[in-house]
Amino acid sequence: MTALSLAWATPALADARSDAKSQVEFGIAVAQKGLWKEALYRWLRAVEIDPTYAAAFNNLAIAYEQSGQFDKAREAYEKAVTLEPENQLIRQNYDLFKEINDRSSRDNDR
Amino acid sequence: MTARPATTIASLLAAALLAGGCGPTFSEVTIETPIQAKLDVSAFQRVLVAGFITGGTEDVDANLETVRLLRSQLRTKSGVRVIEADILPLQEVAREQSSDTADADAPAEGADPERIRDDRDLAPYERLFANVDYWKRIGEEYQGPLIVTGTVLFTPHQRSGFVTREEEVFDSAGRRRVIPVRTYQERKGYILRPKFIFIDGRTGATLYTESFREEILYNASQNTPALSSYFELMDRLVPNFLNTLSTQKIRGTRVLLR
Repeated sequence: MTALSLAWATPALADARSDAKSQVEFGIAVAQKGLWKEALYRWLRAVEIDPTYAAAFNNLAIAYEQSGQFDKAREAYEKAVTLEPENQLIRQNYDLFKEINDRSSRDNDR
Repeated sequence: MTARPATTIASLLAAALLAGGCGPTFSEVTIETPIQAKLDVSAFQRVLVAGFITGGTEDVDANLETVRLLRSQLRTKSGVRVIEADILPLQEVAREQSSDTADADAPAEGADPERIRDDRDLAPYERLFANVDYWKRIGEEYQGPLIVTGTVLFTPHQRSGFVTREEEVFDSAGRRRVIPVRTYQERKGYILRPKFIFIDGRTGATLYTESFREEILYNASQNTPALSSYFELMDRLVPNFLNTLSTQKIRGTRVLLR
């Protein structure tokens, strides 16, 4: 068993992840309907409940990106990458974000 | 505006699907990232696309076409009201002003406007944009709008070299394959280099300047009209121009995780 799965043996942590997961699920459902504010609120709740949940930070970053809050998006992406450095989907999202954000900063610096 | 194609996302998703044993742990979603306007134009109710000092090919009236295109884009894709007015003959104005001041480096009065072929030819004319009194006077005529002006160089261009194209081949069993083939090609096209200058019509002062460069090359045997190349190149940079005055949204794809 890995260290991670051992940690999940603790019921409190397992509960936190389960609660956070339902917030994430709900957030995804509303984001797909275009209700990004509600989705952002749900993913914020998810990372509060479980601050080790990389997927929640990834989704939160996307919601911040959609609302133009680039500093917060970067922070959330970095947190997600730190938590799951091997996750290629998170890295891909982050790379796409950086591409747009860098372009926008370049324009503003002119 | 759109971000680069999300083909890499699709391949990552496919890989994740193959790796995952149970139900999907991700969903693809389309987002629209708002890119804030580079210039705060809230003080201006109206915008005057005044005219441009242009050079390069004689095949396109870059002053007329640029004014028309920008006015139409601003009218449909930004929140500002566009003033319909005669296009200013800025090249003539610049020459007149220089002759008044008897400047040695000034563009010669009565000189052929098509003599503007490159940056060096253009440089003497550009002093017009720093003439605060002139722009203030123009601004007063139209009740202090935001003035858009600048320079446009649209020049023919030739570059020959090796290009990669795809060629269809069939093997002895009749199976079709597409292979990349490098061939030498004579190519010609155009370079478009506009510089947009945004002037405060109330004071005549320059608020913001932005330069672009776009180029296009075709096979030399292809006969593409200059005007169509001009529009093709302008199409690439118009979103950036609009983003100076109004917030633009960039559409892209991201992956939500469970």
